[in-house]
Amino acid sequence: MNIVVCVKQVPDTWAERTLRPEDSRLDRASVDGVINELDEYAIEEGLRLAEAHEGEVTILTMGPDKASESIRKALSMGADKAVHVIDDGLAGSDALQTSAVLAQVLGRIGFDLVILGAESTDARMGVMAAMLAERLGVPQVSLASKVEVDGTALRIHRQRDYGYDKVEASLPAVISVVEKINEPRYPSFKGIMAAKKKPVETVTLADTGLDAGQVGLAAAATEVVSFANRPPRQAGTVVKDEGDGGTKAAEFLAGQKFI
Amino acid sequence: MISYALSDEHQELRQTVAAFARDVVRPVIAGYYERGEFPYDVVARMAKLGLFGLPFPAEFGGMDGDLFALGLALEELARVDSSVAITLEAAVALGAMPIYRFGTEAQRRRWLPDLCSGERLAAFGLTEAGGGSDIPGGMRTTARLETAGSAAGAGRPAGAGEWVIDGTKSFITNSGTAITSLVTVLAITGGHPGGPREISAVVVPAGTPGLTVGREYSKVGWCASDTRELAFASCRVPEDHLLGPRGRGYAQFLEILDEGRIAIAALAVGLAQGCVDECLRYTGERAAFGHRLGHYQAIRFKLADMEARTHSARLAWYDAAARLVAGEPVKRQAAMAKLLASNAAMDNARDATQIFGGYGFMNEFPVGRFYRDAKVLEIGEGTSEVQRMIIARELGVPD
Repeated sequence: MNIVVCVKQVPDTWAERTLRPEDSRLDRASVDGVINELDEYAIEEGLRLAEAHEGEVTILTMGPDKASESIRKALSMGADKAVHVIDDGLAGSDALQTSAVLAQVLGRIGFDLVILGAESTDARMGVMAAMLAERLGVPQVSLASKVEVDGTALRIHRQRDYGYDKVEASLPAVISVVEKINEPRYPSFKGIMAAKKKPVETVTLADTGLDAGQVGLAAAATEVVSFANRPPRQAGTVVKDEGDGGTKAAEFLAGQKFI
Repeated sequence: MISYALSDEHQELRQTVAAFARDVVRPVIAGYYERGEFPYDVVARMAKLGLFGLPFPAEFGGMDGDLFALGLALEELARVDSSVAITLEAAVALGAMPIYRFGTEAQRRRWLPDLCSGERLAAFGLTEAGGGSDIPGGMRTTARLETAGSAAGAGRPAGAGEWVIDGTKSFITNSGTAITSLVTVLAITGGHPGGPREISAVVVPAGTPGLTVGREYSKVGWCASDTRELAFASCRVPEDHLLGPRGRGYAQFLEILDEGRIAIAALAVGLAQGCVDECLRYTGERAAFGHRLGHYQAIRFKLADMEARTHSARLAWYDAAARLVAGEPVKRQAAMAKLLASNAAMDNARDATQIFGGYGFMNEFPVGRFYRDAKVLEIGEGTSEVQRMIIARELGVPD
């Protein structure tokens, strides 16, 4: 089984993150880049499926030179090879444009299954799986908390507030995963050493067959009009116990969908 | 020219272990520490990461790494918690390393794979109640070989002799866990009264009749690590459990001591760095007299000193490790690294506790644990006095 995991490098979620005042784009220079957290779950699921079905895992990333760190980590975890889409002309591309680029590459390298994290911790659009599936003309099964593959049949548990839905599709397909699905492995030193020797193919904008006028900040379909700092945290809700404190606390938690 | 620039792979290992310590160790370790409980689940996850096989070749299940890799892992673990770090250090540098270094091919194949995978832990039995720095002078434990040729072993076929061990060993790390595989015991195997005594290393598998594992000590620090007294009473192991040549036990131990000291230095630097990390966070959060703590020069200077100590101690262990990997003699550098790093750990733990004030005296805060864990670094694997003895001797100070 040919599995492609789409990986995005994002600013470290443990660091203070900001947008750049000059073009409202994410300030990626001043913080460390890491693999988007949910993408680590996608990689882990890809590796597990590959181990169970004698498959191969390819990492697909679009991003600047720095994104090669994330590629190396994904390879250290055990992925077999990687494709790095890198081109200055792609800078500032929005989700729609990114999906066009990734779909072109996916169409060329081929796949049985494409796996993504359900959303990124920077832009948090959560649309990439849907956009890719639409562009590639294959089923999208999203928010998977469990994945089973049997021949060309794909069965997932789709995470919902009330539990999960069982969803079926057939391969080839695109799935997005949630953090409940597994626990990503840490790369071992052996994996880190082995990653050095794994092939990473570099793909430019010209290689994708897309026109430079279709991608990048200037041609983006969406625009960040303005941004502001997050408002200070609101005072919490105080529940005073007048004999019914337990009920009130439970009602509050239920209202917030914690229970 | 010795270079200790970290390779990309070593950097990635450091980042991986840092993330592991932050996400896996930090959330749970205070509870284990408080209960004095060995963290089997954390150790199992360290094993899965491959940490126990770091400096060993792949053919024995190792990771093909080096002392640098082990030191970086120890530093990043100890930055969060020293108990799990010393569990790793003792298992690798004291437990598995003698088997790898001095074992026969058969002994290596028999014991190393389990140790490299971290599924089992090995211990090293040297110290006795009557002898710490003065080993071998204070050693009382004996191992007597019964063979076909000896009176007690008459009638045995050749090679089917047995070592019969009697004595006790003190403060033995990893010796009483449920996953302990073996303990390498140094014992007197011959010599004459008044003359030099013959000391040899003998491997005693866990569960051997005659080996009694004592209760877990109540320790000031390292409370989530396993440290016990071992008693041997007519404890018998096969003749082929001798590790290395007979009479070479102590000399072999001295050979692997430098590596152990560098490993402990790395661990101590981790603790010193952990103190800086905690204080950086705290001085930004805590306010006093209308400002954050970080506003005050008394605090800023303390943190500057802590950082400088950590840095110099780190360079010292990097330098010693780089020399060792390059095959150069490191006795002096290893001793200096351990001395500097344990000093830095003690000083930083004291300063960090002071910066935290009353909270620093509470076990629930990491700096309180750091304070308790730091002291033993001036004692274990060669006291600071022993390090100074070595440095002065290597320096050629006339006496």
